[in-house]
Amino acid sequence: MKFVLQRLAFYLLTAWAAITINFLIPRLMPGDPVQSLIARYQGQLSSKSIASLETLFGLDQDRSLWQQYLDYWANLARGDLGLSFTFFPTPVSEVMAQSLPWTLALVGTTTLISFLIGTGIGIFAGWRRGSWLDGLLPVTTFISAIPYFWLGLIAISLFAVQWPIFPAAGGYDTSLVPGLDAAFLSSALYHAVLPGVTIVLSAMAGWILGMRNMMVTVSSEDYVMVAQAKGLPERRVMFSYAARNAILPNVSGFALSLGFIVGGTLLVEMVFSYPGIGYVLFQGVNAKDYPLMQGVFLIITLAVLAANLLADLLYVLLDPRTRKEG
Amino acid sequence: MSTPETTPVTTDVATAPPVLEISSLCVDYGVGQGAVRALHDVDLTLRRGEVLGLAGESGSGKSTLAYAVTRLLSPPGVITGGDVRYHPRGGEPVDVLAMTPQELRAFRWQEISIVFQGAMNSLNPVHTVRTQLTDVLKAHRPGMSRTERVERARELLSLVGISPDRLSAYPHQLSGGMRQRVMIAMALALEPEVVIMDEPTTALDVVMQRQILRQLVRLREELGFSVVFITHDISLLIEFSDRIAIMYGGRIVEQAGAAEIYRDPRHPYSDGLLHSFPALRGPRRELTGIPGSPPDLKAMPPGCAFHPRCPKAFDPCDRRVPRLAPVGTDTDRSVACWLNDDRRSGEA
Repeated sequence: MKFVLQRLAFYLLTAWAAITINFLIPRLMPGDPVQSLIARYQGQLSSKSIASLETLFGLDQDRSLWQQYLDYWANLARGDLGLSFTFFPTPVSEVMAQSLPWTLALVGTTTLISFLIGTGIGIFAGWRRGSWLDGLLPVTTFISAIPYFWLGLIAISLFAVQWPIFPAAGGYDTSLVPGLDAAFLSSALYHAVLPGVTIVLSAMAGWILGMRNMMVTVSSEDYVMVAQAKGLPERRVMFSYAARNAILPNVSGFALSLGFIVGGTLLVEMVFSYPGIGYVLFQGVNAKDYPLMQGVFLIITLAVLAANLLADLLYVLLDPRTRKEG
Repeated sequence: MSTPETTPVTTDVATAPPVLEISSLCVDYGVGQGAVRALHDVDLTLRRGEVLGLAGESGSGKSTLAYAVTRLLSPPGVITGGDVRYHPRGGEPVDVLAMTPQELRAFRWQEISIVFQGAMNSLNPVHTVRTQLTDVLKAHRPGMSRTERVERARELLSLVGISPDRLSAYPHQLSGGMRQRVMIAMALALEPEVVIMDEPTTALDVVMQRQILRQLVRLREELGFSVVFITHDISLLIEFSDRIAIMYGGRIVEQAGAAEIYRDPRHPYSDGLLHSFPALRGPRRELTGIPGSPPDLKAMPPGCAFHPRCPKAFDPCDRRVPRLAPVGTDTDRSVACWLNDDRRSGEA
């Protein structure tokens, strides 16, 4: 319990530092949102509208950095991340609330699937070393070596253009109204197949390789030999003695990869124009939409931190040697 | 601690029926051209209730023999010939090498259990002692209930002098000696006929070695299992075992009662081994050791493998391999050395 509290305190401190940096960086950069809007409208804004924009963005008040910092925290506490100017005047929090579920559903599910399938294949490939399963390794390694966006583009050109089985872009049929009904859900699922399969394919190889190699290492441990000598059923030796110990690095790797679900999907969503957070970030970057970028980065930071905490806790749960006495 | 001279069972076990018969067992590491022969035609009989010591330097094939008998050799080890027969109590002998995987699983631990070399790594670090003691019961005694299994595990721990409340401990919370005692408790869980001990005390300090050995002697008297005790420490065997087989270069070079080996070793290698360790009891001997190093299995010397290091090597030693044959009239004693071959000089 003490360990958990210690980790929690550590991650709270890290989160505070990350949020503070997130606050400072845009303020250290030259220019402000109004100037970028002026640039965007190429001088077609009158001085009056510039003044009103400044009022709108709160840039007219001459406030000290410290005051702004306090305001920033106060706004954060209320969930107010400011207004996006790509989707002006939608609040950033609303933009993210719309896009985050798409990312979580697509990338979260595929990360889980690729972990489960990859680890499962890795267990068998490592246990029956030298069987036909070893033939899979070069294939999966080859696929994982292909840059993701290229794999995605190939998939689109083959299965959406050459043989139009799947849609090439989007998260759902735009003629439908988003809602929790069968028509919309099946359309969303249909649109998720192509990006989903490419993510699973490219992510799986890492899990297979890691798990197989750990299985091979652990299989030569004395306690696996003892388990064999005890005449335990082979399944028990394989899962409870070999795989149970071999899976530790993969589990912490998995917990960390959960953190990158939010941040690491930029390419997927760009290639498939998927309405997730990565695509929103991409649009935000193009439009120099600082509040939006700041909001997305904040979410990414928090997700990575939460994943790290989860990895720590999982490890303690799975490996008794990391537990402190008392 | 009882010495062989005073142990009453010594005379009994000399005539006891065999429990494990190994005949002309050969083991190779690797196949084809690069294969290395680790065991050459090993014949060995373990009698019911006896402690058979197996001694020799590193690489002499002691552990390979133990793994081959239980078919635990991991690749590239292959059994290339020979026979291993197990005699169950009041049943027909079974051929261990011909068992199907299912038969083998049922046979392991139920009939022959092993205490392995590395006390530190024999227990799985992520499972409690309870899990590791009860899963063997679960596999072999499907009729036992959960509470019965835990009860048996508690019993086993107290048998080896560990407090039963250590059941929920993880291996890293136990000392080396305790871990090895847990392994011994585990080996006795199904009350097997044979327990193979592969250097069970090598990783422990001397005080702990003595404690564990004393406990083993007591347990054997209580439960009556046979022991194959593998070690390089021959002085330990002299004190602890009924019979000793000495291995060199993948062959058994001498086999005799512990007292005979101590008093009158017939093979120069046995003699060398005896002078490599201080005796635990009796008059002091001079420690001389054996010059040279164990043979390279990939390039075994021709003839007797020991001849390059042997102080008494003579004419036939570097040309012909001596066979393991009885010495004199004593049928329980055999040695593979040309020095003892006056009666068999005609053999090729």
